Amino acid sequence: MTQTLAVPPEEQIRPLLAAYAEAVATRRRTVLLGCAVFCIALALSWIGAEVRLDTFWAQLGNFGSYFGRLTYLDTGQHVWTDPPSWFWGLRRWSLQLLQTILIAYVGTASGCTLAVIGGVLASRNLIRSRALLVVTRRVLEFCRTVPDIVFALIFVFAFGLGALPGVLAITLHTAGTLGKLFAEVVENIDMKPVEGVSATGGSWFAQVRFGVLPQVLSNIASYTLLRFEINVRGATVIGFVGAGGIGQELITAIRKFYYSDVSAILLMLIVCVMLIDAGSERLRHRLLAMERDR
Amino acid sequence: MSGLRDEFLARRAAVEANYGTLLAGSGGGRAVTIMLIVGSLAIYFAGLFVLDISPLRIWHGFNQLSTILVLMVPPSPETHFWLYLDALGQTLSIAFFGTVLAAVLSLPLGFLAARNVMANRVLHFLTRRTLDTIRSVDTLIWALIWINVVGLGPFAGALAIASSDFCALAKLMSEAIETADRKPIEGVLASGGDKLMVIRFGIVPQILPVYASQLLYFFESNTRSATIIGIVGAGGIGLHLYEQIRVLEWQQAAFLILMVLVTVAGIDTVSQRLRAAIIGRQVTERPG
Repeated sequence: MTQTLAVPPEEQIRPLLAAYAEAVATRRRTVLLGCAVFCIALALSWIGAEVRLDTFWAQLGNFGSYFGRLTYLDTGQHVWTDPPSWFWGLRRWSLQLLQTILIAYVGTASGCTLAVIGGVLASRNLIRSRALLVVTRRVLEFCRTVPDIVFALIFVFAFGLGALPGVLAITLHTAGTLGKLFAEVVENIDMKPVEGVSATGGSWFAQVRFGVLPQVLSNIASYTLLRFEINVRGATVIGFVGAGGIGQELITAIRKFYYSDVSAILLMLIVCVMLIDAGSERLRHRLLAMERDR
Repeated sequence: MSGLRDEFLARRAAVEANYGTLLAGSGGGRAVTIMLIVGSLAIYFAGLFVLDISPLRIWHGFNQLSTILVLMVPPSPETHFWLYLDALGQTLSIAFFGTVLAAVLSLPLGFLAARNVMANRVLHFLTRRTLDTIRSVDTLIWALIWINVVGLGPFAGALAIASSDFCALAKLMSEAIETADRKPIEGVLASGGDKLMVIRFGIVPQILPVYASQLLYFFESNTRSATIIGIVGAGGIGLHLYEQIRVLEWQQAAFLILMVLVTVAGIDTVSQRLRAAIIGRQVTERPG
Protein backbone atom coordinates (compact mmCIF):
# COMPACT_ATOMS: atom_id res chain seq x y z
CA MET A 1 0.00 0.00 0.00
CA THR A 2 1.51 3.26 -0.98
CA GLN A 3 0.93 6.29 1.04
CA THR A 4 1.75 9.84 0.17
CA LEU A 5 2.78 12.12 2.94
CA ALA A 6 0.76 15.26 3.08
CA VAL A 7 3.17 18.11 2.41
CA PRO A 8 2.18 21.11 4.46
CA PRO A 9 1.63 24.32 2.57
CA GLU A 10 4.57 26.60 1.84
CA GLU A 11 3.62 29.27 4.37
CA GLN A 12 3.67 26.66 7.17
CA ILE A 13 7.12 25.36 6.28
CA ARG A 14 8.83 28.68 5.79
CA PRO A 15 8.89 29.81 9.47
CA LEU A 16 10.10 26.35 10.53
CA LEU A 17 12.91 26.44 8.00
CA ALA A 18 13.81 29.96 9.07
CA ALA A 19 13.93 28.89 12.73
CA TYR A 20 16.13 25.92 11.81
CA ALA A 21 18.49 28.11 9.80
CA GLU A 22 18.60 30.56 12.67
CA ALA A 23 19.47 27.82 15.20
CA VAL A 24 22.20 26.41 12.96
CA ALA A 25 23.62 29.87 12.34
CA THR A 26 23.75 30.59 16.08
CA ARG A 27 25.64 27.36 16.71
CA ARG A 28 28.00 28.05 13.83
CA ARG A 29 28.72 31.50 15.24
CA THR A 30 29.48 30.01 18.70
CA VAL A 31 31.78 27.39 17.20
CA LEU A 32 33.55 29.95 15.02
CA LEU A 33 33.98 32.27 18.01
CA GLY A 34 35.37 29.38 20.04
CA CYS A 35 37.80 28.53 17.25
CA ALA A 36 38.94 32.14 17.00
CA VAL A 37 39.54 32.37 20.76
CA PHE A 38 41.41 29.08 20.64
CA CYS A 39 43.62 30.26 17.77
CA ILE A 40 44.44 33.52 19.52
CA ALA A 41 45.28 31.66 22.73
CA LEU A 42 47.45 29.24 20.78
CA ALA A 43 49.30 32.09 19.07
CA LEU A 44 49.85 33.84 22.41
CA SER A 45 51.09 30.66 24.04
CA TRP A 46 53.33 30.04 21.03
CA ILE A 47 55.03 33.35 21.78
CA GLY A 48 54.88 32.90 25.56
CA ALA A 49 56.39 29.43 25.55
CA GLU A 50 59.13 30.62 23.17
CA VAL A 51 58.44 27.85 20.72
CA ARG A 52 61.37 27.61 18.35
CA LEU A 53 60.53 25.08 15.69
CA ASP A 54 63.84 25.50 13.87
CA THR A 55 65.92 24.63 16.96
CA PHE A 56 63.40 21.92 17.75
CA TRP A 57 63.90 20.26 14.35
CA ALA A 58 67.63 20.83 14.52
CA GLN A 59 67.85 19.36 18.02
CA LEU A 60 65.29 16.60 17.63
CA GLY A 61 68.10 14.28 16.62
CA ASN A 62 69.55 15.07 20.03
CA PHE A 63 66.46 13.64 21.67
CA GLY A 64 66.96 10.31 19.95
CA SER A 65 70.68 10.32 20.52
CA TYR A 66 70.16 11.26 24.17
CA PHE A 67 68.24 8.05 24.67
CA GLY A 68 70.87 6.33 22.57
CA ARG A 69 73.61 7.60 24.85
CA LEU A 70 71.67 6.34 27.86
CA THR A 71 72.44 2.82 26.68
CA TYR A 72 76.23 3.24 26.74
CA LEU A 73 78.62 2.83 29.65
CA ASP A 74 81.63 5.08 30.13
CA THR A 75 83.74 2.39 28.54
CA GLY A 76 81.74 2.71 25.31
CA GLN A 77 80.05 -0.65 25.63
CA HIS A 78 76.30 -1.15 25.58
CA VAL A 79 74.89 -1.27 29.08
CA TRP A 80 73.37 -4.72 28.75
CA THR A 81 76.73 -6.28 27.97
CA ASP A 82 77.90 -5.50 31.48
CA PRO A 83 75.04 -5.37 34.01
CA PRO A 84 77.28 -5.31 37.12
CA SER A 85 78.92 -2.04 36.13
CA TRP A 86 75.62 -0.66 34.80
CA PHE A 87 73.97 -1.22 38.18
CA TRP A 88 77.13 -0.52 40.16
CA GLY A 89 75.12 1.41 42.75
CA LEU A 90 72.29 -1.11 43.02
CA ARG A 91 72.51 -1.35 46.80
CA ARG A 92 72.55 2.37 47.36
CA TRP A 93 69.83 3.08 44.80
CA SER A 94 67.61 0.34 46.22
CA LEU A 95 67.90 1.89 49.65
CA GLN A 96 67.03 5.30 48.25
CA LEU A 97 64.14 3.85 46.31
CA LEU A 98 62.92 2.20 49.49
CA GLN A 99 63.20 5.56 51.23
CA THR A 100 61.18 7.14 48.42
CA ILE A 101 58.43 4.56 48.80
CA LEU A 102 58.43 5.00 52.58
CA ILE A 103 58.15 8.78 52.16
CA ALA A 104 55.14 8.23 49.93
CA TYR A 105 53.67 5.68 52.34
CA VAL A 106 54.08 7.69 55.52
CA GLY A 107 52.97 10.87 53.75
CA THR A 108 49.88 9.19 52.29
CA ALA A 109 48.93 7.57 55.60
CA SER A 110 49.29 10.78 57.61
CA GLY A 111 47.60 12.80 54.86
CA CYS A 112 44.73 10.32 54.72
CA THR A 113 44.18 10.59 58.48
CA LEU A 114 44.07 14.38 58.26
CA ALA A 115 41.82 14.12 55.20
CA VAL A 116 39.29 11.92 57.01
CA ILE A 117 39.04 14.51 59.78
CA GLY A 118 38.97 17.38 57.30
CA GLY A 119 36.50 15.60 55.03
CA VAL A 120 34.03 15.00 57.87
CA LEU A 121 34.42 18.59 59.08
CA ALA A 122 33.80 19.87 55.54
CA SER A 123 30.57 17.98 54.79
CA ARG A 124 27.34 19.88 54.92
CA ASN A 125 25.23 17.00 56.19
CA LEU A 126 27.27 16.46 59.38
CA ILE A 127 28.35 19.94 60.38
CA ARG A 128 25.84 22.62 61.29
CA SER A 129 28.22 25.50 61.86
CA ARG A 130 28.74 27.46 58.64
CA ALA A 131 31.91 29.09 59.94
CA LEU A 132 33.57 25.73 60.58
CA LEU A 133 32.55 24.50 57.12
CA VAL A 134 33.96 27.53 55.35
CA VAL A 135 37.22 27.46 57.30
CA THR A 136 37.85 23.72 56.71
CA ARG A 137 37.02 24.06 53.02
CA ARG A 138 39.38 26.99 52.55
CA VAL A 139 42.20 25.21 54.37
CA LEU A 140 41.73 22.07 52.29
CA GLU A 141 41.64 24.15 49.12
CA PHE A 142 44.89 25.85 50.06
CA CYS A 143 46.62 22.52 50.74
CA ARG A 144 45.30 21.17 47.44
CA THR A 145 46.36 24.10 45.29
CA VAL A 146 49.93 24.50 46.51
CA PRO A 147 51.95 21.77 44.77
CA ASP A 148 53.74 19.37 47.11
CA ILE A 149 57.14 20.35 45.78
CA VAL A 150 56.54 23.99 46.76
CA PHE A 151 55.68 22.88 50.29
CA ALA A 152 58.86 20.80 50.22
CA LEU A 153 60.94 23.82 49.12
CA ILE A 154 59.76 25.82 52.11
CA PHE A 155 59.92 22.92 54.57
CA VAL A 156 63.51 22.17 53.63
CA PHE A 157 64.40 25.50 55.21
CA ALA A 158 62.31 24.91 58.31
CA PHE A 159 63.02 21.22 58.96
CA GLY A 160 66.43 20.78 57.36
CA LEU A 161 67.43 18.52 54.49
CA GLY A 162 66.22 14.95 54.55
CA ALA A 163 63.05 12.92 54.37
CA LEU A 164 61.02 14.86 56.94
CA PRO A 165 60.20 17.90 54.75
CA GLY A 166 59.23 15.54 51.91
CA VAL A 167 56.91 13.55 54.15
CA LEU A 168 55.28 16.69 55.51
CA ALA A 169 54.87 18.20 52.04
CA ILE A 170 53.17 15.05 50.75
CA THR A 171 51.06 14.87 53.92
CA LEU A 172 49.70 18.38 53.45
CA HIS A 173 49.03 18.05 49.72
CA THR A 174 47.39 14.64 50.21
CA ALA A 175 45.22 15.98 53.02
CA GLY A 176 44.01 18.70 50.64
CA THR A 177 43.23 16.49 47.65
CA LEU A 178 41.78 13.56 49.58
CA GLY A 179 39.89 15.79 52.00
CA LYS A 180 37.85 17.26 49.18
CA LEU A 181 37.07 13.82 47.75
CA PHE A 182 36.11 12.45 51.17
CA ALA A 183 33.84 15.41 51.82
CA GLU A 184 32.06 14.67 48.53
CA VAL A 185 31.73 10.98 49.45
CA VAL A 186 30.38 11.80 52.89
CA GLU A 187 27.87 14.27 51.46
CA ASN A 188 26.49 11.57 49.16
CA ILE A 189 25.79 8.96 51.83
CA ASP A 190 22.42 7.61 52.82
CA MET A 191 21.41 9.57 55.94
CA LYS A 192 19.06 6.88 57.31
CA PRO A 193 21.69 4.91 59.29
CA VAL A 194 22.91 8.18 60.81
CA GLU A 195 19.36 9.06 61.83
CA GLY A 196 19.00 5.54 63.23
CA VAL A 197 22.03 5.94 65.45
CA SER A 198 20.92 9.37 66.54
CA ALA A 199 17.43 8.01 67.32
CA THR A 200 18.89 5.39 69.66
CA GLY A 201 20.65 8.17 71.54
CA GLY A 202 24.11 7.92 69.98
CA SER A 203 26.45 10.85 70.33
CA TRP A 204 27.82 12.74 67.29
CA PHE A 205 30.91 10.51 67.37
CA ALA A 206 28.78 7.38 67.53
CA GLN A 207 26.81 8.68 64.52
CA VAL A 208 29.99 9.18 62.53
CA ARG A 209 31.50 5.86 63.66
CA PHE A 210 28.45 3.63 63.11
CA GLY A 211 26.37 5.65 60.66
CA VAL A 212 28.88 7.26 58.31
CA LEU A 213 32.11 5.29 58.44
CA PRO A 214 30.76 1.89 57.30
CA GLN A 215 29.28 3.56 54.22
CA VAL A 216 32.39 5.42 53.14
CA LEU A 217 35.21 3.11 54.23
CA SER A 218 35.68 1.28 50.93
CA ASN A 219 35.65 4.54 48.98
CA ILE A 220 38.19 6.06 51.35
CA ALA A 221 40.43 3.03 50.98
CA SER A 222 40.34 3.01 47.19
CA TYR A 223 40.91 6.78 46.88
CA THR A 224 43.82 6.48 49.30
CA LEU A 225 45.40 3.68 47.28
CA LEU A 226 45.03 5.76 44.13
CA ARG A 227 46.64 8.70 45.88
CA PHE A 228 49.48 6.43 47.05
CA GLU A 229 50.28 5.62 43.42
CA ILE A 230 50.40 9.35 42.59
CA ASN A 231 52.49 10.10 45.67
CA VAL A 232 55.09 7.48 44.78
CA ARG A 233 55.59 9.37 41.51
CA GLY A 234 55.67 12.67 43.40
CA ALA A 235 58.18 11.34 45.92
CA THR A 236 60.60 10.47 43.15
CA VAL A 237 60.99 14.13 42.23
CA ILE A 238 60.68 15.66 45.67
CA GLY A 239 64.37 14.91 46.15
CA PHE A 240 65.11 17.49 43.44
CA VAL A 241 64.81 20.19 46.11
CA GLY A 242 66.65 18.19 48.74
CA ALA A 243 63.71 16.55 50.48
CA GLY A 244 64.94 12.96 50.48
CA GLY A 245 64.53 9.94 48.29
CA ILE A 246 66.05 8.94 44.99
CA GLY A 247 65.35 12.29 43.30
CA GLN A 248 68.59 13.81 44.58
CA GLU A 249 70.61 11.04 42.97
CA LEU A 250 68.64 11.25 39.73
CA ILE A 251 68.97 15.00 39.28
CA THR A 252 72.72 14.79 39.93
CA ALA A 253 73.09 12.03 37.36
CA ILE A 254 71.07 13.95 34.73
CA ARG A 255 72.83 17.27 35.38
CA LYS A 256 76.30 15.71 35.29
CA PHE A 257 75.55 13.54 32.24
CA TYR A 258 76.20 10.17 33.92
CA TYR A 259 74.23 8.50 31.15
CA SER A 260 74.35 4.90 32.34
CA ASP A 261 73.38 5.94 35.86
CA VAL A 262 70.39 7.87 34.52
CA SER A 263 69.15 4.86 32.59
CA ALA A 264 69.73 2.51 35.53
CA ILE A 265 67.86 4.73 38.00
CA LEU A 266 65.05 5.46 35.54
CA LEU A 267 64.65 1.75 34.84
CA MET A 268 64.44 0.96 38.54
CA LEU A 269 61.95 3.78 39.04
CA ILE A 270 59.71 2.71 36.17
CA VAL A 271 59.68 -0.95 37.23
CA CYS A 272 58.97 0.04 40.82
CA VAL A 273 56.16 2.44 39.91
CA MET A 274 54.57 -0.12 37.59
CA LEU A 275 54.72 -2.86 40.25
CA ILE A 276 53.12 -0.57 42.82
CA ASP A 277 50.46 0.51 40.32
CA ALA A 278 49.65 -3.10 39.45
CA GLY A 279 49.52 -4.16 43.11
CA SER A 280 47.33 -1.29 44.16
CA GLU A 281 45.03 -1.79 41.17
CA ARG A 282 44.44 -5.42 42.22
CA LEU A 283 43.78 -4.33 45.78
CA ARG A 284 41.29 -1.73 44.60
CA HIS A 285 39.46 -4.29 42.47
CA ARG A 286 39.25 -6.62 45.48
CA LEU A 287 37.89 -3.76 47.56
CA LEU A 288 35.22 -3.12 44.94
CA ALA A 289 34.37 -6.83 44.87
CA MET A 290 34.04 -6.87 48.66
CA GLU A 291 31.75 -3.88 48.42
CA ARG A 292 29.52 -5.67 45.91
CA ASP A 293 29.31 -8.86 48.01
CA ARG A 294 28.13 -6.97 51.06
CA MET B 1 17.39 9.57 75.78
CA SER B 2 19.71 6.60 76.03
CA GLY B 3 16.96 4.31 77.22
CA LEU B 4 17.51 1.87 74.38
CA ARG B 5 21.19 1.61 75.18
CA ASP B 6 20.53 1.05 78.90
CA GLU B 7 17.99 -1.60 78.09
CA PHE B 8 20.45 -3.33 75.78
CA LEU B 9 23.18 -3.21 78.42
CA ALA B 10 20.82 -4.62 81.04
CA ARG B 11 19.77 -7.52 78.83
CA ARG B 12 23.14 -7.96 77.19
CA ALA B 13 23.72 -11.53 78.38
CA ALA B 14 20.41 -12.73 76.99
CA VAL B 15 20.86 -10.91 73.70
CA GLU B 16 24.34 -12.27 73.27
CA ALA B 17 23.16 -15.79 74.04
CA ASN B 18 20.42 -15.60 71.43
CA TYR B 19 22.13 -13.61 68.66
CA GLY B 20 25.76 -14.41 69.39
CA THR B 21 26.72 -15.26 65.82
CA LEU B 22 25.18 -12.07 64.46
CA LEU B 23 26.84 -9.84 67.03
CA ALA B 24 30.28 -11.39 66.61
CA GLY B 25 30.32 -10.95 62.85
CA SER B 26 32.34 -13.31 60.71
CA GLY B 27 35.51 -14.19 62.63
CA GLY B 28 37.67 -14.67 59.55
CA GLY B 29 36.92 -11.21 58.19
CA ARG B 30 37.69 -9.60 61.49
CA ALA B 31 41.05 -11.38 61.83
CA VAL B 32 42.04 -10.24 58.34
CA THR B 33 41.01 -6.68 59.12
CA ILE B 34 43.00 -6.64 62.35
CA MET B 35 46.03 -8.09 60.60
CA LEU B 36 45.78 -5.44 57.87
CA ILE B 37 45.54 -2.62 60.40
CA VAL B 38 48.42 -3.96 62.51
CA GLY B 39 50.54 -4.54 59.41
CA SER B 40 50.02 -1.06 57.97
CA LEU B 41 50.64 0.55 61.35
CA ALA B 42 53.85 -1.46 61.70
CA ILE B 43 55.07 -0.25 58.29
CA TYR B 44 54.08 3.29 59.26
CA PHE B 45 56.11 3.32 62.45
CA ALA B 46 59.02 1.51 60.82
CA GLY B 47 58.89 4.24 58.17
CA LEU B 48 58.97 6.97 60.82
CA PHE B 49 62.01 5.28 62.35
CA VAL B 50 63.87 4.72 59.08
CA LEU B 51 63.17 8.26 57.85
CA ASP B 52 64.43 9.63 61.17
CA ILE B 53 61.24 11.47 62.04
CA SER B 54 60.80 12.33 65.68
CA PRO B 55 58.32 14.57 67.49
CA LEU B 56 61.25 16.68 68.63
CA ARG B 57 62.38 17.41 65.07
CA ILE B 58 58.83 18.20 64.02
CA TRP B 59 58.45 20.55 67.00
CA HIS B 60 61.69 22.40 66.21
CA GLY B 61 60.73 22.58 62.56
CA PHE B 62 57.35 24.08 63.33
CA ASN B 63 58.99 26.75 65.44
CA GLN B 64 61.23 27.57 62.51
CA LEU B 65 58.25 27.45 60.15
CA SER B 66 56.29 29.95 62.22
CA THR B 67 59.25 32.34 62.01
CA ILE B 68 59.22 31.94 58.23
CA LEU B 69 55.45 32.50 58.11
CA VAL B 70 55.84 35.71 60.08
CA LEU B 71 58.57 36.86 57.68
CA MET B 72 56.18 36.22 54.78
CA VAL B 73 53.78 38.93 55.94
CA PRO B 74 53.01 41.13 54.10
CA PRO B 75 53.49 39.44 50.72
CA SER B 76 55.01 41.92 48.32
CA PRO B 77 56.57 41.75 44.86
CA GLU B 78 58.96 44.60 45.71
CA THR B 79 60.00 46.01 42.32
CA HIS B 80 59.57 42.84 40.28
CA PHE B 81 55.81 42.86 39.72
CA TRP B 82 55.93 43.02 35.91
CA LEU B 83 58.67 40.42 35.78
CA TYR B 84 56.53 38.05 37.82
CA LEU B 85 53.45 38.78 35.74
CA ASP B 86 55.43 37.98 32.63
CA ALA B 87 56.58 34.71 34.21
CA LEU B 88 52.97 33.91 35.07
CA GLY B 89 52.01 34.45 31.43
CA GLN B 90 54.83 32.13 30.46
CA THR B 91 53.49 29.52 32.87
CA LEU B 92 50.03 29.70 31.33
CA SER B 93 51.57 29.50 27.85
CA ILE B 94 53.51 26.38 28.84
CA ALA B 95 50.35 24.76 30.20
CA PHE B 96 48.23 25.66 27.18
CA PHE B 97 50.75 24.80 24.51
CA GLY B 98 51.71 21.58 26.28
CA THR B 99 48.08 20.50 26.52
CA VAL B 100 47.39 21.25 22.85
CA LEU B 101 50.52 19.39 21.78
CA ALA B 102 49.57 16.41 23.95
CA ALA B 103 46.06 16.44 22.46
CA VAL B 104 47.39 16.41 18.91
CA LEU B 105 49.88 13.63 19.65
CA SER B 106 47.35 11.51 21.52
CA LEU B 107 44.86 11.31 18.63
CA PRO B 108 46.65 8.70 16.50
CA LEU B 109 47.86 6.82 19.57
CA GLY B 110 44.36 6.70 20.96
CA PHE B 111 43.21 4.89 17.83
CA LEU B 112 46.17 2.51 18.05
CA ALA B 113 45.35 1.67 21.65
CA ALA B 114 41.61 1.19 21.08
CA ARG B 115 40.74 -2.49 21.02
CA ASN B 116 37.96 -2.26 18.45
CA VAL B 117 40.10 -0.29 15.99
CA MET B 118 43.39 -2.08 16.47
CA ALA B 119 42.81 -5.70 15.53
CA ASN B 120 46.46 -6.66 15.94
CA ARG B 121 46.69 -7.83 19.56
CA VAL B 122 50.48 -7.65 19.79
CA LEU B 123 50.56 -4.07 18.54
CA HIS B 124 47.70 -3.16 20.88
CA PHE B 125 49.51 -4.70 23.85
CA LEU B 126 52.79 -2.98 22.97
CA THR B 127 51.09 0.41 22.59
CA ARG B 128 49.44 0.08 25.98
CA ARG B 129 52.67 -0.98 27.72
CA THR B 130 54.66 1.84 26.10
CA LEU B 131 52.03 4.33 27.20
CA ASP B 132 52.23 2.99 30.77
CA THR B 133 56.02 3.27 30.78
CA ILE B 134 56.06 6.86 29.59
CA ARG B 135 53.29 7.73 32.03
CA SER B 136 55.28 6.54 35.04
CA VAL B 137 57.99 9.16 34.45
CA ASP B 138 57.21 12.42 36.23
CA THR B 139 56.85 15.75 34.40
CA LEU B 140 59.88 17.19 36.17
CA ILE B 141 62.08 14.32 34.95
CA TRP B 142 60.79 14.89 31.41
CA ALA B 143 61.65 18.57 31.82
CA LEU B 144 65.23 17.69 32.75
CA ILE B 145 65.51 15.46 29.70
CA TRP B 146 64.02 18.05 27.32
CA ILE B 147 66.32 20.74 28.69
CA ASN B 148 69.20 18.63 27.43
CA VAL B 149 67.57 18.60 23.99
CA VAL B 150 66.19 22.11 23.37
CA GLY B 151 68.02 24.05 26.06
CA LEU B 152 66.78 25.91 29.14
CA GLY B 153 63.52 27.79 28.80
CA PRO B 154 59.76 27.46 28.58
CA PHE B 155 59.78 25.42 25.37
CA ALA B 156 61.38 22.53 27.26
CA GLY B 157 58.62 22.89 29.85
CA ALA B 158 55.87 22.72 27.26
CA LEU B 159 57.44 19.64 25.69
CA ALA B 160 57.78 18.02 29.11
CA ILE B 161 54.11 18.59 29.88
CA ALA B 162 53.13 17.25 26.48
CA SER B 163 55.21 14.11 26.87
CA SER B 164 53.96 13.21 30.32
CA ASP B 165 50.35 13.92 29.37
CA PHE B 166 49.80 12.50 25.96
CA CYS B 167 49.91 8.93 27.23
CA ALA B 168 47.17 9.51 29.75
CA LEU B 169 45.16 11.35 27.09
CA ALA B 170 45.69 8.57 24.56
CA LYS B 171 44.43 6.06 27.09
CA LEU B 172 41.29 8.09 27.76
CA MET B 173 40.81 8.62 24.05
CA SER B 174 41.05 4.90 23.34
CA GLU B 175 38.50 4.18 26.07
CA ALA B 176 36.14 6.77 24.57
CA ILE B 177 36.50 5.15 21.15
CA GLU B 178 35.98 1.66 22.58
CA THR B 179 32.75 2.66 24.28
CA ALA B 180 31.33 4.68 21.36
CA ASP B 181 27.71 3.77 20.67
CA ARG B 182 27.05 1.90 17.38
CA LYS B 183 23.50 3.19 16.98
CA PRO B 184 24.19 6.72 15.71
CA ILE B 185 26.60 5.23 13.18
CA GLU B 186 23.94 2.81 11.96
CA GLY B 187 21.45 5.66 11.88
CA VAL B 188 23.67 7.71 9.60
CA LEU B 189 24.24 4.68 7.36
CA ALA B 190 20.52 3.89 7.24
CA SER B 191 19.65 7.39 6.10
CA GLY B 192 22.14 7.05 3.24
CA GLY B 193 25.25 8.65 4.66
CA ASP B 194 28.71 7.82 3.31
CA LYS B 195 31.80 6.95 5.32
CA LEU B 196 32.83 10.56 5.91
CA MET B 197 29.37 11.40 7.19
CA VAL B 198 29.54 8.41 9.55
CA ILE B 199 32.67 9.85 11.13
CA ARG B 200 31.41 13.43 11.14
CA PHE B 201 27.87 12.81 12.41
CA GLY B 202 28.16 9.36 13.99
CA ILE B 203 31.46 9.23 15.86
CA VAL B 204 32.74 12.77 16.34
CA PRO B 205 29.68 14.11 18.19
CA GLN B 206 29.98 11.21 20.64
CA ILE B 207 33.69 11.58 21.37
CA LEU B 208 34.18 15.32 21.10
CA PRO B 209 32.40 16.51 24.26
CA VAL B 210 34.05 13.81 26.40
CA TYR B 211 37.41 14.60 24.90
CA ALA B 212 37.01 18.35 25.24
CA SER B 213 36.04 18.15 28.89
CA GLN B 214 38.96 15.82 29.59
CA LEU B 215 41.27 18.29 27.87
CA LEU B 216 40.00 21.03 30.12
CA TYR B 217 40.78 18.87 33.17
CA PHE B 218 44.27 18.33 31.84
CA PHE B 219 44.72 22.04 31.24
CA GLU B 220 43.78 22.69 34.86
CA SER B 221 46.23 20.14 36.22
CA ASN B 222 48.91 21.28 33.77
CA THR B 223 48.61 24.83 35.05
CA ARG B 224 49.58 23.42 38.43
CA SER B 225 52.48 21.44 36.95
CA ALA B 226 53.66 24.42 34.91
CA THR B 227 53.99 26.52 38.04
CA ILE B 228 56.63 24.17 39.43
CA ILE B 229 58.41 23.17 36.26
CA GLY B 230 60.64 26.23 36.52
CA ILE B 231 62.31 24.70 39.56
CA VAL B 232 64.49 22.64 37.22
CA GLY B 233 64.92 25.54 34.79
CA ALA B 234 62.15 24.95 32.29
CA GLY B 235 60.59 28.42 32.39
CA GLY B 236 57.64 29.97 34.12
CA ILE B 237 57.00 31.30 37.58
CA GLY B 238 58.59 28.32 39.35
CA LEU B 239 62.07 29.60 38.57
CA HIS B 240 61.42 32.87 40.40
CA LEU B 241 59.74 31.06 43.28
CA TYR B 242 62.73 28.75 43.65
CA GLU B 243 65.20 31.63 43.56
CA GLN B 244 63.29 33.83 45.99
CA ILE B 245 63.01 30.96 48.47
CA ARG B 246 66.70 30.13 48.09
CA VAL B 247 67.78 33.69 48.85
CA LEU B 248 65.26 33.76 51.72
CA GLU B 249 63.18 36.62 50.27
CA TRP B 250 60.08 35.29 52.01
CA GLN B 251 57.81 38.26 51.21
CA GLN B 252 58.39 37.85 47.49
CA ALA B 253 58.04 34.07 47.78
CA ALA B 254 54.69 34.53 49.52
CA PHE B 255 53.57 36.93 46.80
CA LEU B 256 54.50 34.41 44.11
CA ILE B 257 52.60 31.64 45.90
CA LEU B 258 49.57 33.92 46.13
CA MET B 259 49.82 34.66 42.40
CA VAL B 260 49.85 30.92 41.69
CA LEU B 261 46.85 30.34 43.95
CA VAL B 262 44.80 33.09 42.33
CA THR B 263 45.68 31.93 38.82
CA VAL B 264 44.87 28.29 39.51
CA ALA B 265 41.57 29.26 41.10
CA GLY B 266 40.74 31.49 38.11
CA ILE B 267 41.58 28.78 35.57
CA ASP B 268 39.52 26.26 37.53
CA THR B 269 36.48 28.55 37.46
CA VAL B 270 36.76 29.31 33.75
CA SER B 271 37.27 25.69 32.81
CA GLN B 272 34.37 24.55 34.99
CA ARG B 273 32.09 27.00 33.13
CA LEU B 274 33.38 25.87 29.76
CA ARG B 275 32.94 22.24 30.70
CA ALA B 276 29.38 22.84 31.81
CA ALA B 277 28.72 24.61 28.50
CA ILE B 278 30.19 21.76 26.45
CA ILE B 279 28.42 19.00 28.34
CA GLY B 280 25.19 20.99 28.39
CA ARG B 281 25.30 21.23 24.59
CA GLN B 282 25.80 17.50 24.39
CA VAL B 283 22.71 16.92 26.50
CA THR B 284 20.54 19.16 24.37
CA GLU B 285 21.80 17.45 21.25
CA ARG B 286 20.62 14.09 22.44
CA PRO B 287 17.13 14.45 23.92
CA GLY B 288 15.61 11.51 25.78
